[in-house]
Amino acid sequence: MFNTLRTLLLTALHAFHRRATVQYPEQQPYLPPRYRGRIILSRDPDGMERCVACNLCAVACPVDCISLQKTETDGRWYPEYFRINFSRCIFCGFCEEACPTYAIQLTPDFEMGEYARPNLVYEKEDLLISGTGKYPDYSFYNVAGIPIPGKARGASERERPPVDLHSLLP
Amino acid sequence: MTSSALLTIILMPFLLLALATVLTWVERRLLGLWQDRYGPNRVGPGGLFQAVADGIKILFKQDWIPPFADKGVFILAPAIGMMTVLLSFAVIPFTMGIGIASNLNVGLLFILGMMGLGVYAVVLAGWSSNSKFALLGGMRAAAQMISYEVFMGLSLLGVVMMAGSFSLHDIVTAQAGLWFIIPQCLGFAVFLLAGIAETHRLPFDLPEGENELGAGFHTEYSGMKFGMFFIAEYAGIVLISSLVTTLYLGGWRGPLLPPAVWFLLKTGSMVAFFILLRASLPRPRYDQLMALGWKVLLPLSLLNVMVTGTLLMLRASL
Repeated sequence: MFNTLRTLLLTALHAFHRRATVQYPEQQPYLPPRYRGRIILSRDPDGMERCVACNLCAVACPVDCISLQKTETDGRWYPEYFRINFSRCIFCGFCEEACPTYAIQLTPDFEMGEYARPNLVYEKEDLLISGTGKYPDYSFYNVAGIPIPGKARGASERERPPVDLHSLLP
Repeated sequence: MTSSALLTIILMPFLLLALATVLTWVERRLLGLWQDRYGPNRVGPGGLFQAVADGIKILFKQDWIPPFADKGVFILAPAIGMMTVLLSFAVIPFTMGIGIASNLNVGLLFILGMMGLGVYAVVLAGWSSNSKFALLGGMRAAAQMISYEVFMGLSLLGVVMMAGSFSLHDIVTAQAGLWFIIPQCLGFAVFLLAGIAETHRLPFDLPEGENELGAGFHTEYSGMKFGMFFIAEYAGIVLISSLVTTLYLGGWRGPLLPPAVWFLLKTGSMVAFFILLRASLPRPRYDQLMALGWKVLLPLSLLNVMVTGTLLMLRASL
């Protein structure tokens, strides 16, 4: 009896509590920078695509939503197409962890509603952004020992010139 | 019959239906308030048109009658529920002048009779649906409402004895000095509990307990037939609230403000109390409900009748 009345009183007092609801479209929630939302492909500081089409993201993806095909121009690898099916994506971020070149990144944006399901399949043009994303200075080809036009073998950062096997000098 | 009385008769059902519809919104907002959330607040000012939107939606829903149902009774049941509740309002005196038949000399008996008939709505709905859950819900409803009706009537005897009349108008007049809630506090408590059970509102909503019976007696109902049960339930809340106001809270009486405002204020706070009950209390088990009724409330109401009668006799003999 007393318990029941106490319950009534306590519930009534909740009228003066702050409401837990966030009025979403008007009141945007704070999303931390590492929030795992819409996936993007970033570019290196020179404006070239970072993705080298190594397929590690597609392998890491637990729901197989990433599909890509490698192509090559002047020694650089590129994806010929890069496709993410966002109707399958679970935003786990494994692709970002797997990526050796920081190309694929997750962003704090989740407002991707569509009326037609095929519109959720994002092509490379939809995924590519013009900037560098979370890693402003990183450029894969500047630290990797792969020769590309404009950079000879051994000219990368923290890389010594290759050893001349035919020379006897140390 | 004067033209104003005729106008009241015509306007009353419309007002009540509109009120019951708005109550669905009020309940959801109040529940939201007590559960630290908002409730419907998008359609119209403060979400007020949510009730209209729901009404339009439910009108356009497919009104399906199951092939295994007893068609005639199936259609009749919600109509009975609606009619009995609306008819009960005929004898409620809203103010001194407003009211359809508030001078009826058996007004209270009329309301009890209408509530008794209201049981048919749920029982017939449960029976004609011809399915397990509906039948179980209907059976529960029958047992609950019939047993709670017993001491609902008994608890009212105290009021009738003190006022010396079955007419609701006279009962309000008799409360000129003191509201009956003070001398009849026991009867008030019993009547309130019985009233909650009569409208099968939470915590006594066992006939429709959704976690064990689907939706109870209206499991098979859809479209506007379901809507009629829904509206009848809310109109029932208003009915019980206005009855409590009339019988125990002095009806339209009160200082300063006009009588109609007082009546609305008292009824409104009773409705809010009904919703608060829903927001806070869990549903008892079915045998607990029956035990509470027969083992606690019935003796209490008998005691109330006895004490009131004895005191009245003593006062008369002095």
